Amino acid sequence: MEGRRVKIKCGIEFHQMLNTKNKLFCNCPTILRKDDPDIIFKRKLRPTRSELGEVDPAALFEFKKGYTYVYEAYSDTTCLVEMDEEPPHDLNREALEISLMIALMLNSRPVDEVFVMRKIVIDGSNTTGFQRTALISTGGQISVDGKTIRIQTICLEEDAARKISENAKTKEIIYRLDRLGIPLIEIATAPDIESPEEAEKVAYKIGQLLRITGRVKRGLGTIRQDLNISVEGGARVEIKGVQKIELIKLVIANEIQRQLNLLKIRDELEKRGLKLEEIRNEFVDVTEVFTNTSSKMIKKALSRGGKVLALKLPKFKGLIGREIQPGRRLGTEFADRARYWGGVGGIIHSDELPGYGIGESTVQRIREILNCKDLDAFVIVADSKDKCIAALEAVAERAREAVEGVPNETRAANPDGTTRYSRPMPGKARMYPETDIRPIRLSPEFLDKVRRNLPEMPEQKLDKFIRIYGLNETLAKQMLNSYHLDIFEYIVEKIGVSATLVANTLENIMKSLRREGYPIENIKDEKIIELFKHIKSENIAKEAIPEILAFLSQNPDASIEEALDKLGLRGLSPEELEKIVEEVLQNNKQLIASKGERAMGAIMGDVMKIVRGKIDGRTVSEVVRVKLKSFLDDIEATS
Amino acid sequence: MKKYSVEIFDRVNIILGDGRAYTGIILPRPRHGDPNSIILKLDNGYNVGFSVDERTKIELIEKMPEPKLAEVIKPKISPGLPMIMMLGTGGTIASRIDYRSGAVYSFFTAEEIYSMIPELIEIANVDTETVFSIFSEDMTPQNWTVIAEKVYQHLKKGDYTGIVIAHGTDTMGYTAAALSFAVRNLPYPVILVGAQRSSDRPSTDTIENVIAAVTTAAYAPFAEVAVVMHGSMSDDFCLAHRGTKVRKCHTSRRDAFRTINGDPLAIIRRRQIKMLTDDYLPRDPDRTPVLENSFEDKVILLKFYPGMKEEIIELLVDAGYRGIVLEGTGLGHVRNELISVISKAVKDGVAFVMTSQCIWGRINMNVYSTGVDLLKAGVIPGEDMLPETAFVKLSWILAKTDDLDEVRKLMLTNIAGEINYHSNAKYYPEVYPHGRT
Repeated sequence: MEGRRVKIKCGIEFHQMLNTKNKLFCNCPTILRKDDPDIIFKRKLRPTRSELGEVDPAALFEFKKGYTYVYEAYSDTTCLVEMDEEPPHDLNREALEISLMIALMLNSRPVDEVFVMRKIVIDGSNTTGFQRTALISTGGQISVDGKTIRIQTICLEEDAARKISENAKTKEIIYRLDRLGIPLIEIATAPDIESPEEAEKVAYKIGQLLRITGRVKRGLGTIRQDLNISVEGGARVEIKGVQKIELIKLVIANEIQRQLNLLKIRDELEKRGLKLEEIRNEFVDVTEVFTNTSSKMIKKALSRGGKVLALKLPKFKGLIGREIQPGRRLGTEFADRARYWGGVGGIIHSDELPGYGIGESTVQRIREILNCKDLDAFVIVADSKDKCIAALEAVAERAREAVEGVPNETRAANPDGTTRYSRPMPGKARMYPETDIRPIRLSPEFLDKVRRNLPEMPEQKLDKFIRIYGLNETLAKQMLNSYHLDIFEYIVEKIGVSATLVANTLENIMKSLRREGYPIENIKDEKIIELFKHIKSENIAKEAIPEILAFLSQNPDASIEEALDKLGLRGLSPEELEKIVEEVLQNNKQLIASKGERAMGAIMGDVMKIVRGKIDGRTVSEVVRVKLKSFLDDIEATS
Repeated sequence: MKKYSVEIFDRVNIILGDGRAYTGIILPRPRHGDPNSIILKLDNGYNVGFSVDERTKIELIEKMPEPKLAEVIKPKISPGLPMIMMLGTGGTIASRIDYRSGAVYSFFTAEEIYSMIPELIEIANVDTETVFSIFSEDMTPQNWTVIAEKVYQHLKKGDYTGIVIAHGTDTMGYTAAALSFAVRNLPYPVILVGAQRSSDRPSTDTIENVIAAVTTAAYAPFAEVAVVMHGSMSDDFCLAHRGTKVRKCHTSRRDAFRTINGDPLAIIRRRQIKMLTDDYLPRDPDRTPVLENSFEDKVILLKFYPGMKEEIIELLVDAGYRGIVLEGTGLGHVRNELISVISKAVKDGVAFVMTSQCIWGRINMNVYSTGVDLLKAGVIPGEDMLPETAFVKLSWILAKTDDLDEVRKLMLTNIAGEINYHSNAKYYPEVYPHGRT
């Protein structure tokens, strides 16, 4: 990282799944499934011309790849609407209400009339070839550490189908329709964020606000963040699909580094005097150089009748191999483009040669053929001639962009926090009205109703947790940010269990179970609620909570009853407890005789060993105290 | 809008009374829209609507030029490929939305078709002609007469070796039946094609359907009127259905069209045509088409329902109706109370044809006494004819004759494949586990 502070502008787009009963445009449930689908069908998509006769270049390119999309669906939880075999139903009112609620909480101003639009996306992720989306409000802000971050727009849109697999050979992509149509709220902030740390804080703040409604889905994949980042002197780069909030800081830091390094490369190229027109789309067939090559990759391509084509990149020597993000070089960016536009497996550039079974003499031959001077570099691709040309055209284009600095593009986040090329920025020619849905007026009465039902804001909630629930401040703050916020309030208010116990369970016990390696994400909300009902009715002692949760994490479908049976935690009746206490007393006759009432501690310990988790500790201590006393009385009486 | 001296498609700043401010292009208000509101296309592409009042301020930023459609070029004729005439009549297949106004307009030039479906260049030379541009629900028997005339003229001149008709899907089955009777003794196929998803969507079924329709018109071994549409939910194969046996059976699915009480004529997959029946009129360039394109419009298709009153039939007879196709229950029944009024109407020269609202299966009026009585009253049993086809056929017959004996004879003669005497068990689709894998 740079030592000095770099000026950046960053905006975040949040996409959060709403926890509605039905999908946005049909009556299907909003659930994802793991079992096998029972319907499969195949489709093609093709780009449509906009009113100006323009076709979105990204859309056109997707089409030219010639893919067939295979859709998997469930006849009971997906319908003809997801299959694009029936027009959409009316916009889901529940989703509209939730998103307006969130808009109002962010001080965003709703429009008077909502129009559903079609955003053209023809990578197959939508059976229609477009994503339905509607802008519901503009403006608004949140405050993070005293600084105002503006909200630009809030939209309500349908989620896309889930990509299951891609087969480049058969040119088929498999998508599953369970996710298609689940309502998403999209919140876009203005580019007011100035550091990776600030971005993280904004993400947490918005995440908290969304959870506080109790009306959004939770868990991995239910919220996705897109980032817009530009470093001073760089370009606006869109990074799609950051799934984990913890990654935001790293992705931004890496992107800053990438843009700065690209700017340095630009400066270096300028110093070397490279002119744009020196990078020519001239691809030289160097296949003959590789007749007896020991490079496996090239051998394989040649054995299938492929060619090796080379592109000279003047004055690029040393720069293609330069690292611009951890583990990613300018050459990696070339390769990304070659793969995307040319469909090739990869490229080889001169900064990494000799290597890959290609020796110095081969490098020299290529340099001679291309007439390379000292500072010149080259890139070779081995594949069918058409693919080589498409790939090298893309590399040449990317090299020209390096002369300009940072290309304006859409990138995708890798799990390690780096990013890769995803596609060119979509053109403006891709937003059309959805003619199958009438516009929806937001009447002042309707908005008033939403306004009256707004949830408490975080500050109010915190206050409630401390003053009414009696949580200490640390636990209250923890709870406010908790994944389990909504069931916490439900359990405290509807079941009436001590807030501190519930909070401790949902935060501290869960966390320590996770540390011990239990898959706590498997535990279903209903089970937790059920567990606390048992706690409330004193069927289960609170000491048993960790053990039961651990069991549920490994047996998510087991009932609480089963857990109690399997763990031997069936609650004890007072009679059973008394019997156990009596046995323990009998076994410790000697001790009691010598210690008298001071034997209480030891007896208690022995009893708890047997009954821990089966009955509340206080009850045990009460029974032990009474029984011990009468036991002592008996001893006295008989002695 | 006049008040602010701005026009549709101007780029403006709009400041509402409550302080909200937006920048965008003013779009035309759709029909039935609220006159006190304004629709803007914001710079991010979204459309949004606002209520305006006396406090609203609108500032003109710039005038936008009217959008122009990009020019498209018709490819040169490929020698050796069949010449196909494609007639446009309207419907989803030929409609496109004007994205700025939201209005749907029709397009139907060869240039447009080729630019939308460049694959056609490899299949045939397609010329186009717009006959009309109407939704299929607005189609009338007079329109059938016009289309039949066009088809006949093009085939008689011999410039084309196949006709494709783009048609809205709602009444495509009726038009297909009408053409089957109106233009007979065909030398080449006459193919109707439509779309269940409009052409302006990336997922449109137009492409596959038109490719299959043009392929069928150009190369199919049969010379009949047929409907070519998707055969499944997938963009996989299309089916050619005989014009007199085809019915739209689903409101929205791509594979809405079915052959009822018969086999489809052919399956078209990846530009290959496979016949599904031996029973067809083969393609024959030497055959001379026959045109009989008049239709009587005092004919009604009447669906029987429990409790239907005699006065319904009396009203129709009084209004001068000459033919009534009954869509009866089951094997071909209406309530007993109607028999005397039907009997009287037949004596007055009104033709009655019985079909079934069961859709699948054959009329048999000998099983129950009501059927026998209806036959005695003079009702013509419609065999396994579709009610829609029987309606079209009766309209066509009554334009030729008012002799009820002649009407009966023609109704019971298989003229264009409308009657299938073989009740094949497989014609009735298994519903469950339909669509499953």
